[in-house]
Amino acid sequence: MRSLHRGEARAGWLLAAPALLVIAAFFLLPVAAGFALSVTDFDIYSIGDPDLVRIVGAANYRTLFSEPLFWKALKNTLYFVLLGVPATMGVALAAALGVTSGVTRLKPVFRTVYFAPVVTTLVAVAVVWRYLYHPRFGLINGFLGFLGVDPIAWLADPRWAMPAIVLLAVWKNFGYTMIIFVAGLQAIPEQLYEAARLDGASAWQRFRHITLPGLAPTTTFVAVITVIGYFQLFAEPYVMTSGGGPVNATLSVVLYMFKEGFRWWNIGYAAAVAFVLFWIVLAVTLLQTAARRRAER
Amino acid sequence: MLAVVAAAACGAAPKPEEVVRFWGLGREGEVVDELLDPFRAEHPELRVEVQQIPFTAAHEKLLTALIGGAAPDLAQVGNTWIPEFVVLGAVEPLDPWLERSSVIRREGYFGGVWETNLVDGRLYGVPWYVDTRIVFYRTDLLDAAGCLPFPRSWQDWLECMRRVVALPGGERFAILLPTDEWAQPVVLGLQQGATLLADDGSRGAFSSREFARAFDFYIQIFDEHLAPVLSTSQIGNVYQQFAEGRFAMYITGPWNLGEFRRRLPASTLEVWGTAPLPAPDENWPGVSLAGGASLVIFRSSERKSAAWQVVEYLSRPEVQLEFYRLSGDLPARVTPWSDPLLADDPQVAAFFTQLGHVRPMPRVAEWEQIATRLFERAEEAIQGAATNEQVLAGLDRDVDRFLAKRRWVRGRQGGP
Repeated sequence: MRSLHRGEARAGWLLAAPALLVIAAFFLLPVAAGFALSVTDFDIYSIGDPDLVRIVGAANYRTLFSEPLFWKALKNTLYFVLLGVPATMGVALAAALGVTSGVTRLKPVFRTVYFAPVVTTLVAVAVVWRYLYHPRFGLINGFLGFLGVDPIAWLADPRWAMPAIVLLAVWKNFGYTMIIFVAGLQAIPEQLYEAARLDGASAWQRFRHITLPGLAPTTTFVAVITVIGYFQLFAEPYVMTSGGGPVNATLSVVLYMFKEGFRWWNIGYAAAVAFVLFWIVLAVTLLQTAARRRAER
Repeated sequence: MLAVVAAAACGAAPKPEEVVRFWGLGREGEVVDELLDPFRAEHPELRVEVQQIPFTAAHEKLLTALIGGAAPDLAQVGNTWIPEFVVLGAVEPLDPWLERSSVIRREGYFGGVWETNLVDGRLYGVPWYVDTRIVFYRTDLLDAAGCLPFPRSWQDWLECMRRVVALPGGERFAILLPTDEWAQPVVLGLQQGATLLADDGSRGAFSSREFARAFDFYIQIFDEHLAPVLSTSQIGNVYQQFAEGRFAMYITGPWNLGEFRRRLPASTLEVWGTAPLPAPDENWPGVSLAGGASLVIFRSSERKSAAWQVVEYLSRPEVQLEFYRLSGDLPARVTPWSDPLLADDPQVAAFFTQLGHVRPMPRVAEWEQIATRLFERAEEAIQGAATNEQVLAGLDRDVDRFLAKRRWVRGRQGGP
């Protein structure tokens, strides 16, 4: 920066200005407005009469932390993240390895097939998966019955509803992660594998000592992106379990926010929920990158 | 109004068409278009455009439309939503229109149902169809248990449930009370005289002696294993379970008249009946809730007069009867009930008896939220995770919090 001439710096700012303005208008401003909302009691009364708004300071946040339903939603979301992120990444990595090492002619076919769920509308997907999960006529229970397992009420049983949502999310999202892994795999120099093979390394040793370390930056990136995405779980339970059922077993933090905001019209309170989620996601992301840095050292 | 007068004054030969936008919900939205055809023939100067909104999305869609300034002229709404729309200042007070009307009169309606449309003494909706809860039961099972005629007091009812469970022939529950429905505990509370809310709807009153008595009864049914601890989604197919005799009684509403007839296998079609709710004392029948849908006119509408004409048309007794024929929705007016179509149907008759004894829910904008919290909290008592007193005290705390804003607004307006 210091080596730049003043004129160049100005030109740089000018060129970046449109993008910065857009970011300010569509990101910073709403975030600021959201925060402002979260310290008010803006609700249905305020929509009817703008005079009926009070600044309540941290009251929304205090209520939030004493609300069992919020903690339940947070627990559900963590459960989803802890189960879903490793599963998605594991399946994606396996698929990426398969796609890159498999029969050359079929590579594009598999890549397309695995990526197709990512670009399919979730609502359409949900309709199909609801059939799959049907306790009596569903394909999944049919298959389990073949193995001698009793039918499971996937979406109606509080114990199974979240795993069912995880399964759907993994199937829906692993294709995207897979594509990133494929790119990461292609960046690993082929010579390393050749050298290892000459030294007599087994397939597992090559994977363990070349592929995994070579993919480390990709893995960190994918983990961060997936965690951020999965913390915002919303559409899957919204369409699959009609908004968080059974008995709030699939109520996520974002769904809780949506219900407070758009069902009960507690907009100020809902904004507070959004902010708490923002801080949680930020903290988790910072932890992840810090862990990565330590591992590199 | 003005537009009509102006058009008449000008005497222009081809009158400009006035478009009335009507939002109908779910099944009603489908049939109302057909129902309105004679009205269209009567009023060539009006064009009624019906837009059908799925019931599950209706509430959100209406509120979003209101905030976005895109509300229709006229809509069907669940009558428990009216207080919310009133808070928003979205719906037209209808008392002045009612005064001038020759079709719509308060006396023509079931009292409890009419009342659901009054907020602070003013009328904001005209009841369209009604919905209340009664008992649907298996005549064969109750007969075998020696319960018929259907019990009229809580004591006999409870005794009947015990006998049904003791019947031979497989695992069976006496009654189905889905744990994610608030109507059943609320109805039992109303029967005990509970007001549900206190201080003009600004505080919870669930710890009151009246509600506590009802709640104890409700929980006792679960504690004695007379009802399964299941939510709607956990039950799976209610109709199949009823046909298999897995439970013998079900407290539910008029929409299930049609569903039972459509979905029950032929073997069960002849062996079910309906009965008004038993009462905690000798004042049979016990009260039930006054649900249903109303027609409201939005304040933003520029065609209120035309919209009111549609409301009046849909409120005519013969149109109400035709509406029942098309949709199975029970008329909100009393006169259509003397038609043989309704009067000679024994399964429908119980609804008529019950409709004379219905009470509205507390008319506060927060009611749905309160009711949802009620069944969420009640589940703790059903599961035995907390005592009834703890649950009700906790519920009152939550409700007081939900109503904090209402208390403040009322205080500001100088109200009580």
